[in-house]
Amino acid sequence: MDTIFDIYLLEAIVNGVLLGGVLGLLALGLNLVFGVIDVVWICYAELVMLGMYTVYFLHVVYGVPVLLACLGAVVVVGVLGALLHYLVIRPVLQSEPINQLLVTGGVLFFLQSFATLVFGIEFRNLGLKLPILNFGEMYFSYARVLAFLVALAGMVGLYLFLTRTFLGTAIRAIAQDREIMPLMGVDSRKLYLVTSGIGGGLAGLAACLLVLQYDVHPAIGLTFGPITFMICVLGGLGNMIGGFVAAFIISQFISIGGFFFHIEWGYVIAFAFFILTMFIRPQGLFGK
Amino acid sequence: MLKLEGVSAGYGDFQALFGASLDVQAGEAVAVIGPNGAGKTTLLRVISGIIPLREGHLSMEGRPLDRVPAHRIIETGIAHVPENRRLFPRLTVEENLKIGAYLPAARSRFAERLDFVYSLFPRMKERRNQLAGTMSGGEQQMCAIGRALMSGPKLLLMDEPSAGLAPVIVQQVFDLVRRIRSEGYTVLIVEQNIQQVLKVVDRAYLLEVGRIKLSGKSADLLASDEIRRAYIGL
Ligand SMILES: Nc1ncnc2c1ncn2[C@@H]1O[C@H](COP(=O)(O)OP(=O)(O)O)[C@@H](O)[C@H]1O
Ligand SMILES: [Mg+2]
Repeated sequence: MDTIFDIYLLEAIVNGVLLGGVLGLLALGLNLVFGVIDVVWICYAELVMLGMYTVYFLHVVYGVPVLLACLGAVVVVGVLGALLHYLVIRPVLQSEPINQLLVTGGVLFFLQSFATLVFGIEFRNLGLKLPILNFGEMYFSYARVLAFLVALAGMVGLYLFLTRTFLGTAIRAIAQDREIMPLMGVDSRKLYLVTSGIGGGLAGLAACLLVLQYDVHPAIGLTFGPITFMICVLGGLGNMIGGFVAAFIISQFISIGGFFFHIEWGYVIAFAFFILTMFIRPQGLFGK
Repeated sequence: MLKLEGVSAGYGDFQALFGASLDVQAGEAVAVIGPNGAGKTTLLRVISGIIPLREGHLSMEGRPLDRVPAHRIIETGIAHVPENRRLFPRLTVEENLKIGAYLPAARSRFAERLDFVYSLFPRMKERRNQLAGTMSGGEQQMCAIGRALMSGPKLLLMDEPSAGLAPVIVQQVFDLVRRIRSEGYTVLIVEQNIQQVLKVVDRAYLLEVGRIKLSGKSADLLASDEIRRAYIGL
């Protein structure tokens, strides 16, 4: 009895880690954009939703191989991120933060309504049959393992980009002192556009991983949006490492809480932990 | 090399510079001296295009800079070491230097210039992996100068490199400025530490409330009663 219990707990912990990877990836794009541009994309999860639709339509409707469809989604959402910046954020860059929040909030409703009108309210999925992996007595969904590995690769890739390249180093620098960037020959406007494109690309990558596990519908952003914001705030908004760690903390609460009680309770415990942390450290676990 | 003619600039309704004219010849070191709030920093900011020129003309090696956007000024060979150093505190020393070489033309010569900066400032090589914000003021100043040199400039603008440093370090900073000069860079330096800076530069301009009041050879200014009485306190 004891051993079985432990194995199920272990399974829950590992599933928590797997979930953490995807949540961490979701948080990454949002944190990147906020850290560099100082604007929160309230409509971030809706970009993910459009990415999921992109994979769905490319693969299911147009018969593009799933890997290529995923690549397409990363590109499409990357371009959407850059467009979002160019058309919506740039004009309000000097405005009050509340106005910036409101416009991206407006984009959220716009994208949701747009998706409802154009795609309808059906739940759609790729219809892929991915196997279940088992290690001894433990069972894991292949989609989750894959999502975890790709999320990890995405994060490592971003890390290397930000630390090894001139452009990436400049993106980190601009988050620390935007005023003097022109003295370095850096065109902030271009850097913001590139950052937004990368933020969108990360949302697109997250979309590919989510569409393997979940049906897509116009309101799916509401499923991931709040938890992604919670993770970013918990880790310290704009702090990419903080968001990463927070993703694993939250996913363990969800997974282990769900194991001992019920999956909904997992979320309740995670949010309670979040609220408690906000009382003690309003700037987030890793915030300044 | 650098020429300013009747330059005016300001912030909103506030005018900080009134028709300032000055020039810097290739190979020279020139200082702009003056009390706090005179407009020295504003002058350098206008040259770098960070704040717009309201009146007058600005040119580098005969090329007008009036319409060049701020991030392209550095391409003309002007590098700016800003007031208070303004390093990226949470980047390492080497990453700060890397940002200094952001221009495409500078990237291809990154390794070579890094070696040059490290040979000029061996201390920076020792601290290459340290976060810039954790270094002492004098070291940060070295890093800020090194960062500006990474673009391979002809003209170096320095905004009060000695400000906020301990007296011993101030001495070292002026020695640094001498070294930079001897490496063949043209220098335009802004300072409140008038006695010290006049020993390093060839010529100087005195700026007061946004206007150039006096200019001349350093030795003459050092000897002038007006400067001695008002600024050196002798
Ligand atoms: N960002 C700014 N906004 C408004 N006024 C400014 C700003 N920066 C400087 N000033 C004003 O412009 C004048 C000149 O400032 P500055 O060029 O910094 O002088 P200095 O470098 O000689 O001490 C001062 O009166 C200062 O208060
Ligand atoms: Mg100043």
